[in-house]
Amino acid sequence: MIKYCLSAAMLALGLAGCSAEQQDLRADGLVYCAEGAPEHFNPQRVTSGTTIDIISQQLYDRLLDIDAASGELRPALAKGWQSSADGLVYEFDLRHDVQWHQTDYFQPSRVLNAEDVVFTFNRIMDPEHPFHFIGGGIYPYFQSVDWASLVKQVSAPEPYRVRFELSRPDSSFLSNLATDFAAILSAEYAAQLLAANAPQLLDSQPIGSGPFIFREYQKDVLVRFYQHPHYWRGPAAMQQLVFDIVPNNARRMAKLLTHECDVIAYPRLAELALVTERPDVKVQESTSMNVGFWAFNTQRPPFNQVKVRQALALAINQRAILQAVYFNQATAARSVLPPTSWAFNQQLATPEYNPQAAKALLAEAGLASGFNMTIWAMPVQRLYNPNALKMAELIQADLAQIGVNATIVSYEWNTFRRKLTEGEHDSVLIGWAADNADPDNFFRPLLSCAALESGSNRAQWCDPVFDRILNQALLTDDQLQRRSFYLAAQQYLQTEMPLVALAHSQRIQAINSQIEGVTINPYGGIALFSARRVQP
Amino acid sequence: MINFLLRRLFLLGTVLFGLSLLAFSLGYLFPGDPLQNFSGIRQLEPQLRAELTAAYRLDHSYLSQYLAFLNRLWHGDWGLSLASQQPLLSEIRQVLPATIELTSYALLVSFLFGVPLGILAAIKPEGYLGKIINTITVAGYSLPVFWWALLLIMVFSVGLGWFPSGGRLGVLYEIPTVSGFMLVDIFLAETPYQQAIFLDALRHLALPTVVLATFPTTVMIRFVRDAMLEVWEQNYIKTAKAKGLSRLQVLYRHGLRNALLPVIRQIGLQFSALITLAMLTEVIFSWPGIGRWLLDSIYQRNFPAIQAGLMIISVLVITVNMLTEILHTFFNPLARKR
Repeated sequence: MIKYCLSAAMLALGLAGCSAEQQDLRADGLVYCAEGAPEHFNPQRVTSGTTIDIISQQLYDRLLDIDAASGELRPALAKGWQSSADGLVYEFDLRHDVQWHQTDYFQPSRVLNAEDVVFTFNRIMDPEHPFHFIGGGIYPYFQSVDWASLVKQVSAPEPYRVRFELSRPDSSFLSNLATDFAAILSAEYAAQLLAANAPQLLDSQPIGSGPFIFREYQKDVLVRFYQHPHYWRGPAAMQQLVFDIVPNNARRMAKLLTHECDVIAYPRLAELALVTERPDVKVQESTSMNVGFWAFNTQRPPFNQVKVRQALALAINQRAILQAVYFNQATAARSVLPPTSWAFNQQLATPEYNPQAAKALLAEAGLASGFNMTIWAMPVQRLYNPNALKMAELIQADLAQIGVNATIVSYEWNTFRRKLTEGEHDSVLIGWAADNADPDNFFRPLLSCAALESGSNRAQWCDPVFDRILNQALLTDDQLQRRSFYLAAQQYLQTEMPLVALAHSQRIQAINSQIEGVTINPYGGIALFSARRVQP
Repeated sequence: MINFLLRRLFLLGTVLFGLSLLAFSLGYLFPGDPLQNFSGIRQLEPQLRAELTAAYRLDHSYLSQYLAFLNRLWHGDWGLSLASQQPLLSEIRQVLPATIELTSYALLVSFLFGVPLGILAAIKPEGYLGKIINTITVAGYSLPVFWWALLLIMVFSVGLGWFPSGGRLGVLYEIPTVSGFMLVDIFLAETPYQQAIFLDALRHLALPTVVLATFPTTVMIRFVRDAMLEVWEQNYIKTAKAKGLSRLQVLYRHGLRNALLPVIRQIGLQFSALITLAMLTEVIFSWPGIGRWLLDSIYQRNFPAIQAGLMIISVLVITVNMLTEILHTFFNPLARKR
């Protein structure tokens, strides 16, 4: 038969399939073309959106979920929860029917219980925990929200009941549990790995309770998942889910048009108009909580002077950037917080483009003759910054107007981030996508002193006044009161200008018209649980 | 013949020696820490550093270091990839078969098309057919491979949708890696979809093979044509004709055999050009071969991988060169005496 097929293929150069079977396998599988490779398979240790998109919603569950429409919390692994009057103790009732993944490397003997939750969070908090230092002991998200000092203890008073004791009330606590980073891991699997003396496999051969089961990862080529038949929400519509890793934008688009990809991440905005004309492709747009910004290394002169930072902010033409880089698929930013947030400060002045005023400020700072600086442009495309290199060129030209000579610097992405964390930059074009609906998520991970330590503070900015405002905002549950603190925080940022917020972008997916049910959480990764193929 | 083989082997040894020396010195010539360049380990704790320094004899003379380096190479310890922290040799083992597979199909195609077309062009060099073949050859010879590849993708995959735009196999098909050669692995895999998967693999092979075969095919056509024309002028051909053999008989018995001898040698000479083109082709078609892997490594400043990749590719090219030369000599007694 193969021989027949081979000669047939040679004749027709393989134009059409020899059989209908090919159709079947394709009908039950979904190919998502991702813009990058996952770093590993444990959401606790990740900050990159690419990795979160691939692993988080697919492999794992969280105690709580965020409702995509309203931004409110809703039950997930936890059926319900209670908090004490003083806001220091939270208790969660877990579901009894959550099955772990069954694979060739792990056969679970029990369902998910409180032990797993305790294991998950102790790994992050407890330096004595056997898994704490696996992978370097770095949990960027949790460190940026100061988790270790916030949570005193996690315990399991009953098999399906988890108790969190906090050291201070924190109104963003529940939101943190609902982020993609707070995925629940299996304690039983961890114990098995520990016994086999291979604890590092926990993050590379994952076991979760989510809708898909990990099958294989071919480095920089693809990630393959299969359906989890005993998923507690019911099995996913697709039998197989493959993440094809295609970093090149044009190639990803080409693969969508040739139907090699069903869904592509981050289509180039410039090509959207072209794509919308085709009947076999649709474009899905959704609001996303993110911000693209230009951060100054405030520990380096001359960027340690407020006047210099303000001058640079005045010197750039934000409108031109929105047009050339975002193709107007974004809102002009006035603050790091997007205008859709309840804590957004409407009183903030719109950013101004005024090279004369910028020059005057530089002169006041004693730098009338200008200076040399570097602009680091991230080498990858992100929602919040689809083309950092182009943006850097625009800013470079703007800065030349006020006598500042800027050089553009870029490295391969991993190197880039490592060097940023080490603070080798003068300024950097990068951004942030929110992990939960809480406004705190825009301030603390980006600009607090704790974030400086965990390495996500790109401005290298640590200001006690600002930190105090953030901390006070967390002490109360009263939204009006919290709002007043965040308004003050935004006002403070506008005068201090550790970073210039540039744009809040829409998240856009290009999808094959046959595919339905792809959902995007505005606060996190893509969910492919209910994605299915419908015949048009 | 034995004498010839020994001479060749000696030459091979000398070249390999030079190559290993170059690879070794790269460890020092690349920027950064030599120990990291050799081992590929990103996090060098003081204790590990001391152990490795001793094992690699970095505190000894260069000669001693070089011997330790050779010893490691021989025992398969090629260090880790800086990017993935996986053993380099196992990474190469994954990507090299893909390149060999693509390259050999391209060579096969160039042979299957190049030789007949070359002969056709030689039969009546001034005729229409000869001129047409000549024109196509010149055009094909001068095509930049990346432009040609993109053109084919634009027309046949994005435009007409006949072929996939890249990769080795539709990603939904899961084929366990046994040999690393896709068609063999599909044959070995136990799956009800074998036939469909096989076809899919062929569809993935089509465009990259055509692109990669273009250059060697045109070279082959020109070479066979020239060789045939030259042989055609020889006295023994005239003798054969005078004996009353038919045109086809002369062509096959006397012309082709003599004309094809240098072609075997040509394959060896073409191989290095082919590998270079394969790298470009792999990048454009996302073919997971060693060329793409090496270019990624260069982009990532992955020095141990660059070192290992260069070594493997050079050894491959030199070995193939040497083998075709030996084959050529084996078939051609005249060459042995030279």
